[in-house]
Amino acid sequence: MLDLDPAPYAAYVWPAYAATALVFVAMIGLSLAHARRWRARAGEVRKDAPRDTT
Amino acid sequence: MIPAPAFLSNPERFMAFSRWAAPLFGVIATGLALAGLWLGFTAPEDYQQGDTVRIMFIHVPAAWMSLFVYLCLGGASLLSLVFRHVLADAAAQAAAPLGAAFTFLALVTGALWGRPMWGAWWVWDARLTSVLVLFLFYLAYIALRGAMDDEAKSARAAAILALVGLVNLPIVHWSVNWWNTLHQGASVFRAQGPTMAAVYLWPLLLMALAYMGAFGALWLVRIRAELWRRRAEAAAMRAARG
Repeated sequence: MLDLDPAPYAAYVWPAYAATALVFVAMIGLSLAHARRWRARAGEVRKDAPRDTT
Repeated sequence: MIPAPAFLSNPERFMAFSRWAAPLFGVIATGLALAGLWLGFTAPEDYQQGDTVRIMFIHVPAAWMSLFVYLCLGGASLLSLVFRHVLADAAAQAAAPLGAAFTFLALVTGALWGRPMWGAWWVWDARLTSVLVLFLFYLAYIALRGAMDDEAKSARAAAILALVGLVNLPIVHWSVNWWNTLHQGASVFRAQGPTMAAVYLWPLLLMALAYMGAFGALWLVRIRAELWRRRAEAAAMRAARG
């Protein structure tokens, strides 16, 4: 049976899960944004320098 | 047959491998997390901890990951120093922010468990203090990477710092045995077997595997980003030189 009422400790349990969710969202969002940004930049530079074969 | 580390030491092969491995790890981690959360919230209240036992399912995996990621950071730094391999250095650089995030989570969720159970958000016992030191090592590594204009020098200095920080890992792990701490001793990885009831052990292990999968996925994504950054900057440098 699902127990989503952690009383009388709700003030500790939910903030712990909220903090975890926030940190995971930040880790995922920042990692993907970082990857997208540098993939695009690497693509642009490669277009500008056709001799670069790396 | 090429051994796995040698296979992945080639950046092109690494990019091809990580392209499918990162999303796969992400999907596996999501499935494990959903199963772990379901079991965690269907488990009965603990007779001593009450509902705060549910904090264990997110706190303990974060604490384990804080050590595991540092081990990866130290290993990659050693390979980077010895072989000067670009992929090892990128792996070390990519691991540090993730390790810092897991350590931060371990400290925050630990404080949220400690307040109702110990009556204190924080105590300067050996386990908590050594984990705080671990967090500071992560921050120092990240700061050092960005502190110098010469990237090769900052990478070398940060790698040496990472190796020094490895000394802290056994201190964190065995602090509860070496000193008299308020933090409880090991209850899962013990020679005599876990002391935890199966109803709590299963969600804990599933969540730990989910954290591991998430780290695997994000580490690969960040290493890929780092390789792209280096390629872009090297190409821009060549273009500037004409």
